[in-house]
Amino acid sequence: MRAAVIIFPGSNCDRDMVVALRESGADVSTVWHKDAELPQSLDLVAIPGGFSFGDYLRCGAIAAQSPICRAVLEHANRGGYVLGVCNGFQVLTETGLLPGALMRNSGLNFLCKSIDLIVETQNSVFTSGYDHGSKIQVPIAHHDGNYFVTDEELTALRDEDLVAFRYNENPNGSAHAIAGVLSSNRRVLGMMPHPERAMELQMGSADGQALFRALVDQSIAA
Amino acid sequence: MKAIITVMLKNGVLDPQGEAVKSALSVLGFSGINGVRQGKVLELDLADGVDESQVNEMCSRLLVNAVIESYTLDIL
Repeated sequence: MRAAVIIFPGSNCDRDMVVALRESGADVSTVWHKDAELPQSLDLVAIPGGFSFGDYLRCGAIAAQSPICRAVLEHANRGGYVLGVCNGFQVLTETGLLPGALMRNSGLNFLCKSIDLIVETQNSVFTSGYDHGSKIQVPIAHHDGNYFVTDEELTALRDEDLVAFRYNENPNGSAHAIAGVLSSNRRVLGMMPHPERAMELQMGSADGQALFRALVDQSIAA
Repeated sequence: MKAIITVMLKNGVLDPQGEAVKSALSVLGFSGINGVRQGKVLELDLADGVDESQVNEMCSRLLVNAVIESYTLDIL
């Protein structure tokens, strides 16, 4: 399975993402935001966390207009897999690949702690390694993770089983306590929590492993 | 020529920063504030020949996220 991790100025979870994918068996390369093309025969694009372009204008807004994001859109439109974590999720909503927007946390504080997520669907390569309804422990670290969608979009997300993860206790005011959503073809996942920071018990939790293992294994089979 | 773009969260979108400002004002003893909404202003210094429709396109493609924000445009 071939994966590429995109690096923007201000990305700071790119190395963690590379290690998580590599440890799970992927052949990983990194791509700079000014590049206009992704590596050939790529299965997965991962957009890491951080503060791309200093969060200027809106989180992820300027990154979403970078040259590499045009290639990411083409990759997604071809049916390629895309994983966006934290700032990566914000970038994906700004590109329009995922619905909604991420706003300032309702409590206004930057939140950095380990939280429980509920796996809402098994029906994606990202979540098939978990049991439906199971709780997993994954860290969050964000100021703008308050997921907003219109009522119509929320109904559509729920009807189409596109909510991947919900917070067990809503930390940031997100609609329906949503922590991660899938695209309608189920091949793009955006999530605020950091599964790449939950890969070893020494990190506090190894619950992120199942996401990356299932993703790497199933992308090979596909 | 200048374009002044005022970006606000749409009505119905909760503005936690505006709420925090409102409660801080009441802590200071100011009363009679029914609500506070916080937005931002972008000031574009435009070269001759840039028209309003181009600025609107800038807003829709980058400056404003139509999912949560609305804007008003004044060309001065």
